[in-house]
Amino acid sequence: MTDISEIHTHYMAQARRKRGLNGILLILFVALLVAGFMTANDRNAGGFWDGLPNALDFPADVASEAIARIAYLPGYFVKYLPSMIETINIAGAATLFGAIGGLMASLMVTRGLAPFPWLIGPLRRVLDILRAVPEIVVALVLIFMLGGGPIPAMIAIALHTVGALGKLFSEVNENASLKPVEGLASVGASWTQRMWFGVIPQVAPNYISYALLRFEINIRASAILGFVGAGGIGYDLRNTMSWGQGKFDEAAAIFLLLFITIVVVDQVSSWARDRLTHGKSSERKVAS
Amino acid sequence: MTASTTDIHTSVLPLFQRKRVTAIAWPLVIILYLCYTLFSFDILGLGERVNLKNAQTLVSDAYSYKTHVTLDNRNGATSVSIEGERKGTYPDGTAPEWVTLGADQTADTLVDLGDGYLVTLGETVRFEIPDYGTFTATPGRTGVNATFPAGDLPNWISASKNRVAITTDAGRLSVTRNRAEVFKYAYGWELFFFTLDSPYHGMGIATLASHAFSGEAGAIANDFWTNKMWRHGDVAWALVETVLMAFLGTFGAAIIALPLGFLAARNFTPLGSLRFAARRVFDFLRGVDGLIWTIILSRAFGPGPLTGSLAILLTDTGSFGKMFSEALENVDEKQIEGISSTGAKPLQRYRFGVIPQITPVLLSQVLYYFESNTRSATIIGAITGGGIGLLLTQAIATQKDWEEVSYYIVLIILLVMSMDSLSGWLRNKLIKGDEGGH
Repeated sequence: MTDISEIHTHYMAQARRKRGLNGILLILFVALLVAGFMTANDRNAGGFWDGLPNALDFPADVASEAIARIAYLPGYFVKYLPSMIETINIAGAATLFGAIGGLMASLMVTRGLAPFPWLIGPLRRVLDILRAVPEIVVALVLIFMLGGGPIPAMIAIALHTVGALGKLFSEVNENASLKPVEGLASVGASWTQRMWFGVIPQVAPNYISYALLRFEINIRASAILGFVGAGGIGYDLRNTMSWGQGKFDEAAAIFLLLFITIVVVDQVSSWARDRLTHGKSSERKVAS
Repeated sequence: MTASTTDIHTSVLPLFQRKRVTAIAWPLVIILYLCYTLFSFDILGLGERVNLKNAQTLVSDAYSYKTHVTLDNRNGATSVSIEGERKGTYPDGTAPEWVTLGADQTADTLVDLGDGYLVTLGETVRFEIPDYGTFTATPGRTGVNATFPAGDLPNWISASKNRVAITTDAGRLSVTRNRAEVFKYAYGWELFFFTLDSPYHGMGIATLASHAFSGEAGAIANDFWTNKMWRHGDVAWALVETVLMAFLGTFGAAIIALPLGFLAARNFTPLGSLRFAARRVFDFLRGVDGLIWTIILSRAFGPGPLTGSLAILLTDTGSFGKMFSEALENVDEKQIEGISSTGAKPLQRYRFGVIPQITPVLLSQVLYYFESNTRSATIIGAITGGGIGLLLTQAIATQKDWEEVSYYIVLIILLVMSMDSLSGWLRNKLIKGDEGGH
């Protein structure tokens, strides 16, 4: 009996201590959040409470101008469609180059598959750095050297994609079965052949699924880079925005175009990814 | 037996054929697409647009600096400055040891560029170049009046009536009617710790330490912090602002998205229309994209870290809401039933039945986003004007402070990587710590 009550008091004391500790952590977190908000508010050009009532002014301006000239909207869609396609192409080419680079890098940094094991550590650091550099940094430096246009943006996004996909792909590779690789090695296949016929078929669906997810992210990145001078829809958006009132209807058309593109790409890619990870496997089962 | 083998054979052959075709078709399609995009990006025109000189300045500037020694021909004054900037000008009468200033305004200034390259700045400008000869010029109203050693001009000299530029390995000399200027290149980031007006400039670590111990630590720190060339204080603040944007945006979004996530989860909100509305709100927030949110918000709140935080907050509320509602739909009902069997009220059911189950999932997602948002905050800062992103775009816009650009890039990489390890460490700590029981 005494045992149980002893355990009970002991347990209660521990629970209290844990709750107390959690409470302190929570208070600390809230304090940090509030202090952070105050600091950000102080250092901002306009304050939060002053700006809040105006938050909807600009969307209202844009919307009213767009509605007043709604007849022009289809024309604007046609006008800006090439830029939108350029933005998509930047993302598409960057994703492809990034996926190809990431594929090679991932095979080089996976233990058991790497042709030069001593290279694994340094290459992983390189991937870390590629992932850590924001695209805008590379893009701005390249714009200075190569001039404006889509190519700096493509290179910048592709480099970041190599870092991101290289890491994800190597995690996929680690789960691949080594038996086909050993089988191929036993018949004298070269490293390239072992990877191409032994590993890639196992991991391809996961690769494509990750690459599609990256494509969604890259479209957003490519629109942002356009805004700092790398061509595409972002560039047009900045021009119409800096024009100000009078071109807000065109800005609205670009907003809509970008929004629709992002939503459509998200939907299509999530459908395709779902099929790659679930639908395809059941289909294969039926076939075999 | 043989019949069935041929059956299999005939059925397998087309399958193989199809596989072979797709194996070739996919790479072909990809290559065609890449060709199309590269041509539509005008890759061939890139050769004309490439500015190799820019690339050269950028790279050499990133690891070296130049010192200007300038003689103004109109008033005869000589000045020495780092990168030709006023902030880096040597005080009157002082100069680095390779410059011998004239005793007074009329006396010549000697600049020793090393390896026998010797420049004399005065009414007559002389440049002794080993293996070539001596160049002299007497700039005046009639032009530079240059005389060269006999023979054709080498390609590292460009000369006209009013301007001569000589580029050698040891340094550069440029003479115009109004001024003669010598540029000497050296490795490193000059004035990184202290500017020339600080008494601590040029001191070794040991001397500095002894000064610090004798009660000057505050002054030393202040001189470093307020360094006018490198602005360490401002840079530190910019980094803090960037992290602040990511922190406020990510955790603010998580706090807002949690209750909304319950609204969008099938097992917590039986009302279909409410669920539908919540999900469309998430889709809208995500679909509008950070770029558009940034533009809209910077109109209302002006540039600064708050605008960036709010832009991250809005976008991530959409992402978190979607992820949270999915996590909530996968919650194990048994634990909730167990809690309700003890007579728990709805709030207690959530607190003890649901929250402990989803906390590890949510926390790891939120922390992962925190790390990736540090990077986004740099980008948003460059657009809306705040944090290290703003400093970076400003430094790039000057097109000459590339040493600062590389400094900022290094800082950004270090910042993102340390946020990466911090969030990984926190993830391990919090999630492992939670398994101990609730």
